[in-house]
Amino acid sequence: MEDAGTAPGALTARAAGLVACTQCGRVHPLGTPQCRRCGSDLASRDDTSLQRVWAWLFAGMIAYVPANLSPMLLTSTFGRTRENTIIGGVFELFDHGSYGVALVIFLASVVVPIGKFIAIAYLALSVRSRGLARGHARQRLYEVVEFIGRWSMIDVFVVAILSALVQLDFIATVKPGVAAASFALSVAFTMLSAQAFDPRLIWDSYEVEET
Amino acid sequence: MGDSVPSGSDRNDLQDSTGDALASLIACPVCDTLHRDSEVPDGAQARCHRCGTVLLAPRAGAMTQIVLLALTAAILMVAAIFFPFLDLQAGGQHREGSVIGAILAFSDGWMMPLSLAVGALVVLLPLTRLLAIVYTLAPMAFGWRPAPHAERAFRLAEGLRPWAMAEVFIVGVAVALVKIAGLATVTPGFAFWAFALLVLITALKDTFMCRLSVWKTLERRRAP
Ligand SMILES: [Zn+2]
Ligand SMILES: [Zn+2]
Repeated sequence: MEDAGTAPGALTARAAGLVACTQCGRVHPLGTPQCRRCGSDLASRDDTSLQRVWAWLFAGMIAYVPANLSPMLLTSTFGRTRENTIIGGVFELFDHGSYGVALVIFLASVVVPIGKFIAIAYLALSVRSRGLARGHARQRLYEVVEFIGRWSMIDVFVVAILSALVQLDFIATVKPGVAAASFALSVAFTMLSAQAFDPRLIWDSYEVEET
Repeated sequence: MGDSVPSGSDRNDLQDSTGDALASLIACPVCDTLHRDSEVPDGAQARCHRCGTVLLAPRAGAMTQIVLLALTAAILMVAAIFFPFLDLQAGGQHREGSVIGAILAFSDGWMMPLSLAVGALVVLLPLTRLLAIVYTLAPMAFGWRPAPHAERAFRLAEGLRPWAMAEVFIVGVAVALVKIAGLATVTPGFAFWAFALLVLITALKDTFMCRLSVWKTLERRRAP
């Protein structure tokens, strides 16, 4: 089981001519449109899964470009206005000696989004070409991608809180920049891309080998 | 959970004349492997033989605990919306920020949609999810029949899971505090602690929740 990525002799619902509900686990005869237990729509395999994964992934990558080029935060202190991009904000925190927080923002806004683009593309590609990595490793990757995606939203919330709170007329005011919106969109699109991926496809690639 | 179904069997072995022998099977939502659905004792876990996903992890009294925790979190959320969240002081000026304020931060002009999105992710969706869970599970906890459309409510709750970002927001607050630190003195208000507590309670509740057990209980109670 550890090596092959599959339990020897295990039978899938599809191989048994059945269709399973991914929401509640109930098994139905093939062709049943809706789950009898929970009412979800049933599909043995979601044929449009990969198409939607790629479509949302490209949308997320496109939105990520202006998110990095335009300002995230407009800060005015004592009449002087400063514009900060995502990376600029990280450097500023670093200069102030807030290394921990700088690291959190760098991870959430740069490492995780780019890592997610690569991971989702890899998962989608690996469905086609077999034998790239073991099923367990790929599934682990999928779980990490699903879990971690939403945490990229941190910087958007930081901007929202700062803009709401720091309104001290002359001393300091903070306004959100264009990047806040495009970054939020990028995160949402990438989450939709990960959700469109049908993890059963990871394991399907082993079935051909078994028989 | 019993065993995975051996690959020698075909659908005729699995399905008797009534067609509902299928109810005694359960398929792994992640890899589609069939398992015989035997009772799992409380506190034990049943994992998929092939991919290792936890299929069932029932706990004694879980329904009641989840309902109480979700209800508490929902009440804290309502309190957190209206009470002052952070209190800012700098150069003799004083400003109170609430969660509503953070949501409305983007509200002028073209940033309006972002304002709505933040409101949805931080307050509306987490609250909807908590209420949907209470609506589905409260009758279960009392041993009653499921409420009308309970299935739809629970599907909604599961679908909202990735989009309910209260815990991400609270980390955002922590980062914002560090960013302001040099500029002004910030004191957390009542709503801050309420929000932090509701994040912890929600996380605890989610560890108690076993999705497949909830669905099986719903089906059993729905049957005449
Ligand atoms: Zn179902
Ligand atoms: Zn599995």
